[in-house]
Amino acid sequence: MPDTLASQDKTQGTSLIVDDREGGLFRVNRQAFLDDEILEQERDKIFNRCWLFLGHASELPNPNDFVTRNVGGKELIFNRDRKGEYHAFLNTCPHRGAMVERQEFGNALGFKCFYHGWAFNNNGNYATRHQPGVYPEDFNGDGCANLVPVKLQQYRDFFFVNYDNGANSLESYLADSRMILDLIDEHGPNGMEVVGGAQKYSIRSNWKLLMENSYDGYHALDTHETYFKYLTDAIGGPAEMPKVTNVMNLGNGHASIEGDAPWGRPVAKWIPAWGEKAKTEIEEIKREVVSRVGEERAGRICQLGRNTGIFPNLVINDIMAITIRTFYPVEPGLMDVTAWALGVKGESRDFRKRRLDNFLEFLGPGGFATPDDVEALESAYRGYAAYKLAPWNDISRGMSRADGEPFKADDEEQMRCFWREWDRRMGAE
Amino acid sequence: MARSVYEEFLYEEAAMLDEWRLDEWLALFTEESVYEVPRAGAKDSADSSEDLFYIADNYFRLGHRVKRMLDKAAHAEWPRSVQSHMISNVRITGSDEKGVHVTCRFITHRAKNDVTDTYAGHHNYILKMVNGELRIISKRSFIASDSLREQGKVTIIL
Repeated sequence: MPDTLASQDKTQGTSLIVDDREGGLFRVNRQAFLDDEILEQERDKIFNRCWLFLGHASELPNPNDFVTRNVGGKELIFNRDRKGEYHAFLNTCPHRGAMVERQEFGNALGFKCFYHGWAFNNNGNYATRHQPGVYPEDFNGDGCANLVPVKLQQYRDFFFVNYDNGANSLESYLADSRMILDLIDEHGPNGMEVVGGAQKYSIRSNWKLLMENSYDGYHALDTHETYFKYLTDAIGGPAEMPKVTNVMNLGNGHASIEGDAPWGRPVAKWIPAWGEKAKTEIEEIKREVVSRVGEERAGRICQLGRNTGIFPNLVINDIMAITIRTFYPVEPGLMDVTAWALGVKGESRDFRKRRLDNFLEFLGPGGFATPDDVEALESAYRGYAAYKLAPWNDISRGMSRADGEPFKADDEEQMRCFWREWDRRMGAE
Repeated sequence: MARSVYEEFLYEEAAMLDEWRLDEWLALFTEESVYEVPRAGAKDSADSSEDLFYIADNYFRLGHRVKRMLDKAAHAEWPRSVQSHMISNVRITGSDEKGVHVTCRFITHRAKNDVTDTYAGHHNYILKMVNGELRIISKRSFIASDSLREQGKVTIIL
């Protein structure tokens, strides 16, 4: 059965959403951000059933490489075995539960629990030698002493896990968002790689607000006024917002906004601030992209940028730099964010520096923009304390457009895609 | 020069930051200078051309950072946070053609919205006398933590 969202069945949804298509109103009840019970349901119906981003192939270039990471509240090992096969295991000893690997990354032929010394090959199999007569002869005949594997699938170099053994395939889950991953993978001739570690920070707000914010075109000018002032100076001309924007409903709650933004793109869109030498370099890169994927597709890769949300919590911003960002609720009012930078494999040091500069001046906890988003999300959360007197968030912008008229990036339709899927999953038994 | 000269300089710098005298603070830097905050837990050798940092400003961007922080539209710092920069363990670790290398430990408190965040770590400076005044060629602030989960952001100058 495909994951594709069937026609909206109002009896299945929660009572927290008002989706009045005729009246042109879409509202979300603020209780959706506040309740411990709703968070419990989200863990059960969303994080334990959806495909969650685990990591990128470039993080494990060699056999026996591993990284450890918390995904959806569970400690995982993402690794390759001696043969180079990829695995994901719960990072908990089947004996008494301690983590069998406590380093963030490394290269290891196996894992050994420090508590009682139980050992495992890096394909997850129990590898402790114990004296005869201690355990039954057929001990581990059913695999109960092996590391517990987690359902793992990849699309291109993006690896995802799913804690629901009955889940449909990753491909059908990703639906049309595969096209976004395709475009990113085609930035360079040799694929992409995660650059120099992750930014890990927290926001004292509800996780769903960061999803909304990550592809919200409407807030940019107000929230990020100081960034646009800087950008105007940096690019040597007015930093105007894109005139033409596209909104893409990618199915299953995934959505993306696309536009032609005023900043330089480290794939192949030059700005004067980068100088003439960079211009020559970028023109060469662009020629390579065109020769590989054709003029039209190269235009989308080099000129246009996209903010994409893959349900429930994977954000891929292919804008002035490429970020992969996930975030998980710790409490209704607290989320842990992890953000990675993606770059073209084999690009020059100068170019990599340009890419990282672009990343840092807008994105992340020291950027000129992200901290102001965080302030907005935290301040909204404080406002929700009055939810009984001021119960509704409004996400109706653009809903009244005539039938068939395309949505614009500041129309909030992409958020409605998210909320409709959230509502469908949360309403389901 | 004696260590006390550098100590005095760092105490004055801390006072400028505590008191939001950021234009004066910016004037401590030369036009070739850099201000960097690598990711929490990064090694002293971390390189902003290869690794993802929080901040890697040249003088141009640092100037805009100051301009931004003094602007009410920098929402993360408006209303302004209250800060306390503490400096200690000042040591001269070497010198080369760029200048004198000075290191110190820091604890910076930042309070806003009834939450006080603590940043601890060490600064590595390269300082140089220019026209009779001590100036900053390079300031790198290393946070002694493995993430920014506690603080969430670096919207002030450490």
